[in-house]
Amino acid sequence: MRATRWVGAFVLSLLFAAPALAADAIKIGAVLSVTGPASFLGEPEKNTLLMLQDQLNAKGGINGQQVEVIVYDDESDVNKAVMAARKLLDQDNVSVVIGPSISGNTLAIAKFFAAAEVPLVSCAAAEKIVHPVNPWVFNTPQLDRHAVSRILLDAKAKGYAKLAILTVSDGYGQAGRAVLKELVPAQGFSLVADEVYGPKDTDMTAQLTKIKGAAPDAIICWGTNPGPAVVARNRAQLGLTTPLYMSHGVASNKFIELAGEAAEGLILPAGRLVAVEQLSADHPQKQALEAYVADYAKAFNAPISSFGGYAHDAFKLVIQAIAQGTSAKSADIRDNLEKIAAFPATTGVYTYTPEDHNGLNEEAFIMVTIEKGTWKVTQ
Amino acid sequence: MDPSTLLQYLVTGLTLGSTYGLTALGFTIIFNTTGVINFAQGEFVMLGGMMSVSFMAALGLPEPAAVVLAVIGATLIGALVERLAIRPVRHCPPINLIIITIGVSILIRGLAMLVWGKDTHALEPFSGSAPILVLGAAIMPQTLWVLGVSLVLLSGLKLFFSATIHGKAMLACSYDAKAASLVGIGVPRMVRLSFMISALVGAVGGVLLAPITLTSFDVGVMLGLKGFAACILGGLGNPFGAAAGGIILGVLESLGAGFVSSAYKDALAFVILLVLLFVKPSGLFGRKDFKRV
Repeated sequence: MRATRWVGAFVLSLLFAAPALAADAIKIGAVLSVTGPASFLGEPEKNTLLMLQDQLNAKGGINGQQVEVIVYDDESDVNKAVMAARKLLDQDNVSVVIGPSISGNTLAIAKFFAAAEVPLVSCAAAEKIVHPVNPWVFNTPQLDRHAVSRILLDAKAKGYAKLAILTVSDGYGQAGRAVLKELVPAQGFSLVADEVYGPKDTDMTAQLTKIKGAAPDAIICWGTNPGPAVVARNRAQLGLTTPLYMSHGVASNKFIELAGEAAEGLILPAGRLVAVEQLSADHPQKQALEAYVADYAKAFNAPISSFGGYAHDAFKLVIQAIAQGTSAKSADIRDNLEKIAAFPATTGVYTYTPEDHNGLNEEAFIMVTIEKGTWKVTQ
Repeated sequence: MDPSTLLQYLVTGLTLGSTYGLTALGFTIIFNTTGVINFAQGEFVMLGGMMSVSFMAALGLPEPAAVVLAVIGATLIGALVERLAIRPVRHCPPINLIIITIGVSILIRGLAMLVWGKDTHALEPFSGSAPILVLGAAIMPQTLWVLGVSLVLLSGLKLFFSATIHGKAMLACSYDAKAASLVGIGVPRMVRLSFMISALVGAVGGVLLAPITLTSFDVGVMLGLKGFAACILGGLGNPFGAAAGGIILGVLESLGAGFVSSAYKDALAFVILLVLLFVKPSGLFGRKDFKRV
């Protein structure tokens, strides 16, 4: 009799204590494309967030509070992203949301966040996410504009005048194509060919043959694996020697593996993650990059990608905003994100302002050349 | 337009087309025995490529051994599909069986994703990657492999269906399964054989294509679709028509990308397919009334 009463009391106390404990944790929501076509983005992002959560909690959390990351998988599908965002805002009452992984999904859910007054830190790169500025929406990846500017800077230095572009017909390629078609003429180049390929295409020889006929000084290819690897292979097969620029969408070792020998000599803008060991010791990003690379390799025994870095930076920025403002309320996190200045992370050095919710510039990219199957920083 | 560019488009079309043709061949074999379109055909192609890649990486086998093992493995999976998914419901009308093959394709794709992950993989070309230049157009050695092996498979199948007792028995099953079994043909055995042969043809295709097109767990979807279109274009049930249909589709795509616009090349190929079906519903090389013996 006595024993059962004790057990009852214990269970009751647990019932009351559990919600109290849970309420104590800072809830960070995440909508990521863990599966589906964009899983190469979402999977490393999810791994990274959960790893950082555990690291932070092991150190005692932030301002004495534990952090709880709630990850929903949108399966690269816009409807599921909307459902996940609604659930995070209405049921889970999160303080801040990280993600989605892809631009289309980010744009679809961005409008909820101003209404709910919860900040969103997206891991997707489209310019529309931060231009015009939605006061509640931030993002972490470099913008396409930064990559294109970097490529054109390189092309100008090498004295090229005629450029050809070859873009994939998905959201990533269309956004890149729009910026290319704007900046190429604006920077004084002439655009001699504008070709497109499908995301599932397995042969781009026809497009390259057509580009060859237009005799450009250089070709810019915009896409994510595996398309650009096929473009690189086809270029080698055709015996084309026209220089080929790739976008930052292929800046991972997987690309070199897929393209094989055909990758030799290709030039692309990339985040500093691909060449951590070539960074000078006093570079502001060196420490963040080295820590992330070492931790990720230890936790998952898998090669690292810059995509996980976008989630890493989003998480660190949110934590920095909480630490700076000593509050985990949604409105305070938003206000303090805009006060973050010169914050070094894996993708770049962030300075958010009320007018700039991307926080990066061309400096976040380095130009790399693929030489002997590895990345060589050229500038 | 200089002739070398035109020749390059044609060579590209031929390469692309033979990839569709190889997938289409598999469709005709199962159709010829069961009257069923096997929508898991693209998955057999994927299995051939992925299994070769993983045998080479995981077991450290040399390429020829890995390729042979992969083809044998895919053939066994073909037999397994017939035993587990088709035989239990063999008395259903073909439309039900066709829907089951769609389910099988989704299942195989899902399992492949779990086993091999979502990454794309590349296989080394069989005889190097130095292009052969002919009149200013570059031809890959691997393209010659694809064309050569397709030709061998095609003539082998032609011979099998017209000159061997097993081939004729399989054709008899497609015309009338009941009559075929009345004259002593083991219909279930023929159906199993047809699944194994089509898996074998698909896997050989997958192995040949992996160095050109790269491979991942979901390459079967598009290949299956294009292969099916090639089949329809050439006329269902005719292996020669399937191969020709594939090549025509590939050349159309390549010329469309070259002369019209690369943005509409898929649409162009399918529009021409639709127009053809309005004019000649049985396909280019299909018989008017297929069922009449």
